[in-house]
Amino acid sequence: MTRIRFQQSLEELKEQLLVMAGLAEQSIQRAIEAYRVRDLSICNLVSISEMAINRLEREIDQAALDLLAMEQPMAVDLRFILSVIKINADLERVGDAAKTISDRVRSMEQMAQADLPVDIPRMAELAAEMVRKSLQSFIEGDADLARSILTMDDAVDAMNRAAYKALTKVMEEQSHLAPQALNALMISRALERVADHATNIAEDVIFWVQGDDVRHHKSIKTAPDPHVMG
Amino acid sequence: MGVSIEVTNLNAWYGTNHTLQEINLNIPANHATALIGPSGCGKSTFVRCLNRMHETNPIARVTGTVLIGGLDIYADAKPVEIRRRVGMVFQRPNPFPTMSIYDNVAAGLKLNGYSNHHVLDDIVEKSLKNSALWEEVKDELKKKSGASLSGGQQQRLCIARALAVDPEVLLMDEPASALDPVSTSKIEDLIFQLKSQYTIVIVTHNMQQAARVAEKTGFFLNGRMVEFDSTHKIFTNPSDKRTEDYITGRFG
Repeated sequence: MTRIRFQQSLEELKEQLLVMAGLAEQSIQRAIEAYRVRDLSICNLVSISEMAINRLEREIDQAALDLLAMEQPMAVDLRFILSVIKINADLERVGDAAKTISDRVRSMEQMAQADLPVDIPRMAELAAEMVRKSLQSFIEGDADLARSILTMDDAVDAMNRAAYKALTKVMEEQSHLAPQALNALMISRALERVADHATNIAEDVIFWVQGDDVRHHKSIKTAPDPHVMG
Repeated sequence: MGVSIEVTNLNAWYGTNHTLQEINLNIPANHATALIGPSGCGKSTFVRCLNRMHETNPIARVTGTVLIGGLDIYADAKPVEIRRRVGMVFQRPNPFPTMSIYDNVAAGLKLNGYSNHHVLDDIVEKSLKNSALWEEVKDELKKKSGASLSGGQQQRLCIARALAVDPEVLLMDEPASALDPVSTSKIEDLIFQLKSQYTIVIVTHNMQQAARVAEKTGFFLNGRMVEFDSTHKIFTNPSDKRTEDYITGRFG
């Protein structure tokens, strides 16, 4: 094998991203746990992780940029580095979503408990599973596993839509529960975004491993041509 | 205008060394096609078969068919005529050292019987303009020798010399590998401009160069053509594992 140093740099980049992935996954799990047990000390951990994630995001982008500039990667190596840059951004957003959830948990401290018609734990479980599987597909370079994640996003989207409908109704009919309903709606939205980021990560893994661009595969055929739009 | 090149079952030997094996390839007209591969893979031998230069070596032999613009160059044409229609630029610029810039460009024309000075003047000017050298040498055409130019200018002079005899195909065997980055950029810009008028085949070890200038790329290995596809496909998602291993530097 030639270009040994370059291959080592790619391995180091992957390891850096895995550290980032570990932090982002832990962060979303902690935010969900904080919601479940209403524990503000866990929220503090989420905030600390978010700062570490932001710092790592910059370091990983810089390392990827250096490899693009210095090594002129080709084919699978080029696809890998592009995927790392995009997955890096998605993981940072997962960290942001975890922070959003923990901020909502803090604000719930001041509110009375309410029994709302939305299954946040179930939705959280599904979103966290998507994150875990998407990262597993990245670690193993497993495009089949990555493809299995794409369909899971529909279920989380449906749950978010149902939550929106149910919680809007609560706000209309039981105005004294509006603050709790609004909080739950924001958490539902954050979880839906986490699932979207997991989907993006899975799509990037497929691109890296197989070279297939599977983004927007349902709508791309009927989309108008942007080059002829006025 | 450029013409297409159709290669069928091409084999080449140096003595008993079977250097090209069963090459089948269609090179489109008016495009730049890059040939890449490790040293000794047969890519330079291949381009030398496209203008019958390979057979200038007494121990060399070729079988198969090469059609250039529909003309079977091994059955229906003389080597001299083929080399007029298929120009070649080499790795190291090779101007005639004692000739002036003007005479370097006009040399091929004079060999082909041109003697009218007005005609020669026009063709020399046009060729030097097409090779992006005119502005740099127009005031010293007959004063300066070809050898007095810089390496990058000498290579563009050789391109002008090749263009002067009005070829349809331009073969370039690592045309920028001996040049500095600025001269390399000029040659690459030139290839980009020339491909609207000529069919260009470029052998290069510089894969970024292939990616920059060529629409099609072929990967050669051990005398065989492993993969031929759009340059975009070859450099982002090649079909063959050997191509991927080579362009990512895993061997070669």
